[in-house]
Parts: sequence; C-alpha cells; structure tokens
Amino acid sequence: MAPTTSSAITLKINGQNYPLTVDHRTTLLDALRERLDLTGSKKGCDHGQCGACTVLIDGRREVSCLNLAVAAEGREITTVEGLARGDELHPVQQAFLDLDGYQCGYCTPGQICSAVAVIEEHAAGWPSAVTGDVRPEAGPPPLSAEEIRERMSGNLCRCSAYVSIVQAVSRAADTTAGQRRTEPAGTEPLGSGDTGRTADAEAAA
Amino acid sequence: MKEFAYQRAEDVSGAVALLGADPDARFLGGGTNLVDLMKSGVERPGRLVDVRQLPLGAIESTPEGGLRIGATVTNSDLAAHPEVRRRYPLLTQAVLAGASGQLRNMATVGGNLLQRTRCGYFADVTKPCNKREPGTGCPALEGEHHNHAILGASEHCVATHPSDMGVALTALDAVVTYETADGPGELPLADFYLPVGDTPHRETALPPGALITGVTVPPAPVAARSRYRKVRERASYAFAIGSVAAAFDVSDGVVREVRLAFGAVASRPWRARAAERALTGVPAEAENFAAAADAELAAARPLRDNAYKVTLMRNLVVAVLTELAEEAAR
Ligand SMILES: Cc1cc2nc3c(=O)[nH]c(=O)nc-3n(C[C@H](O)[C@H](O)[C@H](O)COP(=O)(O)OP(=O)(O)OC[C@H]3O[C@@H](n4cnc5c(N)ncnc54)[C@H](O)[C@@H]3O)c2cc1C
Ligand code: SF4
Ligand code: FES
Ligand code: FES
Repeated sequence: MAPTTSSAITLKINGQNYPLTVDHRTTLLDALRERLDLTGSKKGCDHGQCGACTVLIDGRREVSCLNLAVAAEGREITTVEGLARGDELHPVQQAFLDLDGYQCGYCTPGQICSAVAVIEEHAAGWPSAVTGDVRPEAGPPPLSAEEIRERMSGNLCRCSAYVSIVQAVSRAADTTAGQRRTEPAGTEPLGSGDTGRTADAEAAA
Repeated sequence: MKEFAYQRAEDVSGAVALLGADPDARFLGGGTNLVDLMKSGVERPGRLVDVRQLPLGAIESTPEGGLRIGATVTNSDLAAHPEVRRRYPLLTQAVLAGASGQLRNMATVGGNLLQRTRCGYFADVTKPCNKREPGTGCPALEGEHHNHAILGASEHCVATHPSDMGVALTALDAVVTYETADGPGELPLADFYLPVGDTPHRETALPPGALITGVTVPPAPVAARSRYRKVRERASYAFAIGSVAAAFDVSDGVVREVRLAFGAVASRPWRARAAERALTGVPAEAENFAAAADAELAAARPLRDNAYKVTLMRNLVVAVLTELAEEAAR
C-alpha cells in the first residue's frame, strides 16, 4: 500500500476550529491563505527570510511558511485577523495606525504579529543579541530602540518604514505595560525558558 | 516538492522505530532547515517523523553541576533559560546571534546541530556539488566562495557549518547523546562532525537512523567570563562570516584557562586548540592574543576571495580577548 501523503486535520485558528484535508506538503501559510481565506498573513520569500508570514503559535511568533499545516494540528494559531477584540484594535495595531508604522502595508501583518510577541518576550525577561549582560542577575534590559530593532530584525520591510515601526512598537509596549498594571493577576506573560511549551500555551490561553 | 508521509512520534523508542532503517525518512524538528531544503528539492524525503512532541523539552542540572539540554528544546528556550544565562553566557549569546525571534522559537537543539551548509551551490539543485551529489565536483572552488572555509577544508568541499550555537557548545566541550534501535550512545561534539576529506556528503559520526536526544554541557567555571561575538554583513538576521566563542580565566594579569572556538571558517565549529595552548599561562596582553590567533590561523588555506577571513578572525580574537581581560581587571 502506498503511504498516505495527505491527512484530515483540524486547525485551531483565532479560537475557531477549521477541519480540512491537507496534502502533507501544504505549509501553514498556504493553508491559511489558499484554503481558509485568511489572507492577512503574507507570503514574501517562502523561505523563512522575511517574516511577512509571521503568526503566533501557542503564544509564540513563528514563520508560517516553514511550518507544515499537518504539524500544526493541535496547536493554537493566532493570525493578524485574530488580534483585535471585536472593533477594538490590539494596542500594537493601534500604534501602527497612529504612528504610520507602514507604507505599502505588505509586511505589516507580520510586523504586527511579531511585535505582539516581542513585547511578551521582553516582559518575560528574555535577553536579545544586543543585551549587554545576559545573566539573569542583570535584570531585563529596557526596551530601547536598539533592543526593538534587534528583536524585530526577523521582519523585513521593502518600503523601509523601520523608523516608524520602531516607534509604534515602543508605543505599544508602553500601552501594554500600562494595561498589565491595571489588569488582575492571572495575565502573566509567557514564562521564562525553563517552563517550556506547555506553560507558555497556558499563559497564552 | 515530493509527496511524503507524516507521522508523529510520542516517545523516544517510538521515534527510532518509526524512522527505522528507511534511508528515505527524516526526523522533523522545527523544520526551519529541512522544510526549506525540501522546497528547493535538496531534501526529498518520502516520510517525516515529527519529533517535536517527544518528552525531550527540558533543561536540567546534572549532578556534576553541568546542564543537560533536551534535543527538542527550542533555541529560544535555551537562550532564555536562567541557568544557561548564568553558567554559560556565551551559549545564550551565540543562540541569540542566530536567525530571528520567529525562527528561534521553532528551531530545536538537535536540528540546529544537523542544519546543512548555506553554500549557494549546495542549495541549487541545477548545480554540481560534491556534498549534495558525490562525485559531481565543487563549483565553489573557482566560483562564489567569499563566505567559505579557510580551515580544515579539502579540494572536494570548502563549505562552512553555519551554526552559531554549535560554536559555543564546542568551546564548552558539550557531548551529544543519541538513541538508536541498539540503544543509547554519545559523541563529544569534538568528534561529532567528520573531517571533510573526500566524503563531504558524510557530515556526522551519528549512526544511521539515530535520534539526537540531547546535549550535555559539563560544568565550566571558566565560562562565567565568556563571550560570543559574531561578524556578519548586516547588523542582524544574517549568517556569520566569522565568529568567536571565548571563555577566559585571568588572574594577576595571567591567563589561567581559556576556551576558544571559531564559527563560519570550517565545515564544523572549529575548536582553536593551538591558540588555547599558546595562551595558557602567558600574560593577558594584546600581543599574546594576536600571537595565539596567528598560531591557530597558520593552518589557514584561504581561497581566492576569502583571505579577508584570516585577518577578520585574528582581529576578532584580539578584540574579544581584550574585552574579557579588561572585564577581569575591573
Ligand atoms: C532565514 C534563516 C536564517 C538563519 N540564520 C541562522 C543564523 O544566523 N545562525 C544559525 O546558527 N542558524 C541560522 N539559521 C538556521 C537555523 O538555526 C536552523 O535551521 C535550525 O536551528 C534547525 O533546527 P530545526 O529544529 O528547525 O531543524 P529541522 O529543519 O527540523 O531539521 C534539520 C535536520 O536535523 C534533523 N533532525 C532534527 N531533529 C533531530 C533529532 N532530534 N535527531 C536527529 N535528527 C534530527 C532533520 O532530520 C534535518 O535533517 C537560519 C535559518 C533561516 C531559515
Ligand atoms: S563547497 Fe561543498 S557544498 Fe559548496 S558546492 Fe562545493 S561541495 Fe558543494
Ligand atoms: S514568507 Fe515566511 S518568512 Fe518570508
Ligand atoms: S510597508 Fe511596504 S514592505 Fe513594509
């Protein structure tokens, strides 16, 4: 018998279940765009090099072009379409609008999904490649423009809207930090490294 | 892309059994290298065994005071782990210097060690390449090779290993553990990657079908003062053209212990043993750092367009060791 090269799967996207049958070669990005009409996520390079296809999976940013749809079954996927609460934009979306964090807009959904995660990662105390002292005792670095540029470097913008993107991420981080202070406990950001995927999935839920 | 079957492994022995002896099957980690290479036709597996759900996602202290890092730990979790940051800052720095936030969330420790070269001919199936198709030749020798190897290469292949993480792990004397149908095994990273010789398609000493289960990092007090520095053609999100992982113990101005490994200069992370020997017991001064770099780089055999790497690596060694020595003197 020839091996099965397609599977009936259910993808959980923006809190909704989507049953579909996929050829195993289908990437998550192609499933979103071509099969499920969720065209917010964009295809720039299809090789993990541009970030236009960035989505959140179990609360973390990943490129959807190098994820196979079949391997994404059972994981919580959030696309740019799932960030707003009804008519209320996510603080990152609002900041991109207010500060012109884009020109043509092609890279923008990826930039926004990435920025949502950057703010979470920073709040969880993750260092970056430009953090001077990575030891936990040194404490988390302030989310400076340099830190934002490094953390957002996985998202390219052909229009080079970088200056306002950095400002938008900075503004959104401030807004989110303000909201964190006023929100009740139980909204902890994703855990630091030792907690692994499960805890992060819980935190994202 | 060729059609393929997909299976999820639930436990280690199940994963090994699922892969079996099928040369056409591959383990799937984060997929950041494998799926990419499947798209370009370099990899054409008939079956993928997804290992991401395996219970190999933990980082634990060993009784000796080192760390045991599971094979499916993501690059992000590795870099963010408090004990990694405390005990082996160079390892966190190396991982964070690689790829992007999105890719580090996907990439696993096992997959990172087994990622393939970024040589452009290797990735282009319309070109000859000894590594991809043994015996077809190496167009990089006379062609585009500005980011190819200066150390340990052969006339059969001059490709570099692109991992940043692997360079830090090499400086730390890490040991790779694996599982086969015949039971577990282990390989020090120093013996993990095979010499290029005339078999550039054979890259590691892992037995066929082996599942990497983790990496053990021995205790290394010397790593308390350590650094990974990477040079690339843009500020971020690019592969290295040269990198140095260094750990340094200096007291009274004298080098007591040093670890040094180079990235992007050879087919594997390059442990700079000659430089380490030259440095041990000598005053921690720039001219000694330069002499040690020269001792290592005496073996360099640059190509037409990559001799700059010899100078680059020399300067990088001097800069990184000078920084660490200044820190120690403070
Ligand atoms: C745009 C881009 C930029 C990048 N930049 C950098 C960089 O600057 N520095 C850097 O170091 N890396 C960089 N990378 C490479 C990235 O780090 C690797 O692709 C990644 O670490 C591979 O891990 P993975 O889990 O995704 O492996 P996969 O792609 O899933 O697998 C890679 C190989 O390992 C095998 N494998 C996976 N897990 C196991 C296991 N447990 N046991 C046995 N075999 C296994 C697979 O069969 C496959 O052959 C970049 C990648 C991209 C796409
Ligand atoms: S350097 Fe190695 S990988 Fe590149 S073309 Fe030559 S044989 Fe192939
Ligand atoms: S389309 Fe996925 S990273 Fe470019
Ligand atoms: S806004 Fe045009 S690509 Fe970024």
